[in-house]
Amino acid sequence: MTTRKEKIVLPLIAVLLGFVLGSLIVAFTGRSPLAMYAAIVKGFSGIDILNGQPLNSRYIGEFIIQAMPIILTGLSFAFASRTGLFSIGAEGQLMIGSLSATTVALLVRAPTVIHLPLVLLAAILGGALWGAIPGFLKARYNVHEVVVTIMMNYIALHFNNFVILHIFGSVDRVKTAPFPTTALLKSPFLESITRNSRLNWGFIPVILALLIFAFIINKTTFGYSLRAVGYNKEAARYAGMKVNRNIIASMAIAGAFAGLAGAVITVGTFNFGRVIQSAEGYGFDGIAVALVGGNEAFGILLAGMLFGGLKAAQPLMQSQGIPREIAGIIQASIVLFVAMKFGIKMVLDKFERKQAPTTEGDRV
Amino acid sequence: MTFELLLQMFPIALMFSAPIILTALGGLFSERSGIVNIALEGIMMVGAFTGATVTVLLENSTPAAAWYGLLAGLLAGVVFSILHAVASINLKADQVISGTALNILAGGLTVYLCQIIFHQQRTRAFSNGIQKFSVPGLSDIPVLGRMFFKEIYPTFYIAIAMVFITWFVVYKTPLGLRMRACGEHPQAAASMGINVAKMRYFGVLVSGALGGLGGAVMVLTADIQYTLVSIHGTGFISLASLVFGKWNPFGVLGAGLFFGFSTALSFYAKDIKFLAGLPGEFFYILPYLLTIIALLFFAGKSVGPKAAGEIYDSGKR
Amino acid sequence: MSYIVEMLHITKDFPGIRANDDITLQIEEKSIHALLGENGAGKSTLMSILFGLYQPDSGSIRVRGKEVKISDPNVATSLGIGMVHQHFKLVHNFTVTENIILGMEPHKGPVIDIRSAEKKVEEISKLYGLAVDPRAKIEDISVSMQQRVEILKMLFRDAEILIFDEPTAVLTPQEIHELMQIMRRLVEEGKTILLITHKLKEIKEVADVCTVLRRGKLVGTVSVADTDEERMAEMMVGRQVSFHVEKGPAKPGEELLRIENLNVKNVKGLLGVKNLSLSVRAGEVLGLCGIDGNGQTELVQAITGLTKIESGKIFLRNINIANLPIKERTDLGLGHIPEDRQKHGLVLDFTLGENFVIHNYYEKPFANYGILNKKAILENAERLIREFDVRSGQGAMTPARAMSGGNQQKAIVAREIDRSPDVFIVVQPTRGLDVGAIEYIHKRIIAERDRGKAILLVSLELDEIMDVSDRIAVIYNGEIVGIVDAAATTENELGLMMSGALRKTHAAPQAVHV
Repeated sequence: MTTRKEKIVLPLIAVLLGFVLGSLIVAFTGRSPLAMYAAIVKGFSGIDILNGQPLNSRYIGEFIIQAMPIILTGLSFAFASRTGLFSIGAEGQLMIGSLSATTVALLVRAPTVIHLPLVLLAAILGGALWGAIPGFLKARYNVHEVVVTIMMNYIALHFNNFVILHIFGSVDRVKTAPFPTTALLKSPFLESITRNSRLNWGFIPVILALLIFAFIINKTTFGYSLRAVGYNKEAARYAGMKVNRNIIASMAIAGAFAGLAGAVITVGTFNFGRVIQSAEGYGFDGIAVALVGGNEAFGILLAGMLFGGLKAAQPLMQSQGIPREIAGIIQASIVLFVAMKFGIKMVLDKFERKQAPTTEGDRV
Repeated sequence: MTFELLLQMFPIALMFSAPIILTALGGLFSERSGIVNIALEGIMMVGAFTGATVTVLLENSTPAAAWYGLLAGLLAGVVFSILHAVASINLKADQVISGTALNILAGGLTVYLCQIIFHQQRTRAFSNGIQKFSVPGLSDIPVLGRMFFKEIYPTFYIAIAMVFITWFVVYKTPLGLRMRACGEHPQAAASMGINVAKMRYFGVLVSGALGGLGGAVMVLTADIQYTLVSIHGTGFISLASLVFGKWNPFGVLGAGLFFGFSTALSFYAKDIKFLAGLPGEFFYILPYLLTIIALLFFAGKSVGPKAAGEIYDSGKR
Repeated sequence: MSYIVEMLHITKDFPGIRANDDITLQIEEKSIHALLGENGAGKSTLMSILFGLYQPDSGSIRVRGKEVKISDPNVATSLGIGMVHQHFKLVHNFTVTENIILGMEPHKGPVIDIRSAEKKVEEISKLYGLAVDPRAKIEDISVSMQQRVEILKMLFRDAEILIFDEPTAVLTPQEIHELMQIMRRLVEEGKTILLITHKLKEIKEVADVCTVLRRGKLVGTVSVADTDEERMAEMMVGRQVSFHVEKGPAKPGEELLRIENLNVKNVKGLLGVKNLSLSVRAGEVLGLCGIDGNGQTELVQAITGLTKIESGKIFLRNINIANLPIKERTDLGLGHIPEDRQKHGLVLDFTLGENFVIHNYYEKPFANYGILNKKAILENAERLIREFDVRSGQGAMTPARAMSGGNQQKAIVAREIDRSPDVFIVVQPTRGLDVGAIEYIHKRIIAERDRGKAILLVSLELDEIMDVSDRIAVIYNGEIVGIVDAAATTENELGLMMSGALRKTHAAPQAVHV
């Protein structure tokens, strides 16, 4: 199999196997896999194959809402990954982004054209800063980023809650006062064309982020040096690249994507800052999205929509008597199968060889 | 901080230390055999869920329900860790990705099963977890008695026993020598006729057993039921303990006690004059912050198994 | 005389390559049988099959006349077959004894009986004259000592048939001589030895019979006493070869690289390079030879900027580059063919084209305002591929990973020579390459010399050093123990210096060498 074909076929197989496994679990626990698939179809489109309801744009709007933040956290993981770093920090960076957005939304008074960009910028910077810390520790002290980013997630969670509760003074111990409308991504227009879904302008920064990601990685000298560091740190150093600076920059940019996701949620889906009880899983969703999307912008877009739809279908599954967590189980199994790609490839190669014996060329 | 307060902290700190030590020892087996296991968090969740569930289901029929719960948690950890073993040993998966997938899977699977079994997002509360006890005689020793022998969960002694057992197995037996060889230089081990895959299975499954036990211990001593947040990062803290403990059982013991105390501190902070003014969140942050600081402290001195995390390909030329 | 091992019609395929093609090998008991061939000829594969690491796709193996199936190294061990691997398979933080007993530990109850193990190791090492300290850790003992541990591992398992895979690559001439004596001693004690090598001299010195492989095929088996080196070389390479490098006399000019009182720490935090001074002039090749681990790596990394120095000066022309970043050194005219082409030399997951611009990807014409110019990168690659005859499947778009070792090395040589650096640090440029590629690379190095560049050649291959260099500096324990004229020195003299037994005060660098 060629590398290009592998990059498309292997994730598809992983997705397929993930759904097969999910169906088996549903069936084993006495529920109907069919009902699950019906809920998923409805989650994407509103089409109800069991009760015969037609396409409903409200559902489309809702699933896009779900896809937006996890596309961004996917970009976050993928960006660090291209520089050879395994960042589990998107969750915390997202929380800090959200907190930064909350701060600017509450404290600044300005017209929308100024206020909203400021809110987004604050989130981007907040996330970038939070991401730069593990980057710095990795570059300067060679502390492994996996453990640090995990710890930073918990610190971000409690720090967010501390600020919301003790500084912004949450009345109900759950949320801050509502933001002024000048800080929001909300759009009555988008809501109206999607039958009052929560769809908002957040998709615009998401699309921009996808384009910027692809541009930096593939077209720029900066992207070249990041990829060089990611593939082979020693060779990059030999060639005189500033490896440490690249590591910090890469983690900061990864953090920026995740921080933006925080803003998209906080001033898009919600309109207040929130106390968070525990990790909401955006970070891990992002890992799944990036891995299935092959760390490429276009793949991340598709994978983000897939998992966004799955998330949107969760309440529908629950109402069918299928515990909503099945979506997480399917997602986790897909990641596991992506991780097993070498194994799957071995099986496929064996199969292919049986189909068409000895077509191998000489190694050059 | 008064001495009295410190004495009061001991039972709580030891309660939190026990699952950390057990799970970190599990990680020790896995990493010494050459497999990085960041799935410890997920394994603990599965162990905790199973431990709580079995306890709830058995407590009307036997007074020892919680002990069956511990055993069940251990077994569930083994079963769950098989996934990590298959993925990273047979299918040559990236061990960090596989571990991450299992952590996500554990969250989904346990709550899914809660919904199936209990029709809610958590297990039903059990009425009795593992009970504290005092060691007759020893608990009357002044100071030391109150520190280590009075009103202590027996699970702490299990953890201490495991430290010694681990040391013995890893450093004194042929099994331990072979396992360590697989973690340092699998090609060398293979050339001496050692079955690297088998050794690594052993390491990963033991980490499943101890991680599962650790999860069950945690929920059955420090909680009243299993919820999605019962473990809240303790598996990762255990992983950090393994690093500070320099992959050595006694180092793990020290690190586990350290984190146990830092957790206990958040409960007693309000009684300590110069800490009482700080918000509660500060103390929630503390263990994680200390982990990062400690990582910095040990930076560059890491002495982990050389081949841990590398995909071992027996056909490599 | 009877055959103790017979490998009959062995064939083994790897994806894309037939490593062994119908090879038959018959070995007489109590003899030293050499297996000769270039890198990639299939020697190691064949021996790995005998040792049970691979299964042949077809063919059969007989040991002591009985057909056997060697499914894993345990079976090989039980048949009395042992192997000293080229890259030692030793656990660095285990003791000598722990490494030897691994997998066959004597024990009392559940506990390893380390005392009796140490005693047995001592006994065996006395019997065969292999002095080692059974309690020493592997990381603390010398390379030749580590090799003895590898031999002891086999003897501990009562091996009768000992396979040595390229055992001399890391040894000094004197140590090689000692190893040969050990081999003879082993044969006297009744063992049979299979020696894998590509060095003809060693075969001449020690072997009884020699089997030659080329590109996976059997060329023939000859009696060593009746065959001269030229004939064996021809069998190995497939054509007549001259191992002599064609070159005219050097015309040294001004001093381009001067190192003064350099001190560099090694990975263990000890001084790997001690108060070292050295200079290389335009138009000469200075060879640096020494046993692996005597400070070569630290010296090269200090010059090229991969590691920080403790003290001292490194002048490129008259600029002290000792504390400059790598980039600036490169820009000042320092070139470097690194020791490890896969670790430092190439980004294996980049295409060949991307690898060619690794030093200057951000400069015009390859980039404009920070945006890559893919067309210019492609054109550059096509030019270098043509000029240096780099062979690859898809030209500039080939991932470096998919190229053969020789062509990977050629790509690095092409990239570095194309930059035309004034001072050229060339480390192990031909390791693992076949004779054709070696000849080509040597020729290019000499050509650079003749264009007036200063070249520092670092190599573990004594032949390479002696053939290519004009002057030779010997490094021992982080110090230069002598600088000699390449034309005037002998292998023996170099060997004595490499082992620290002989010091020659510096031949004055001003002296003109012809």
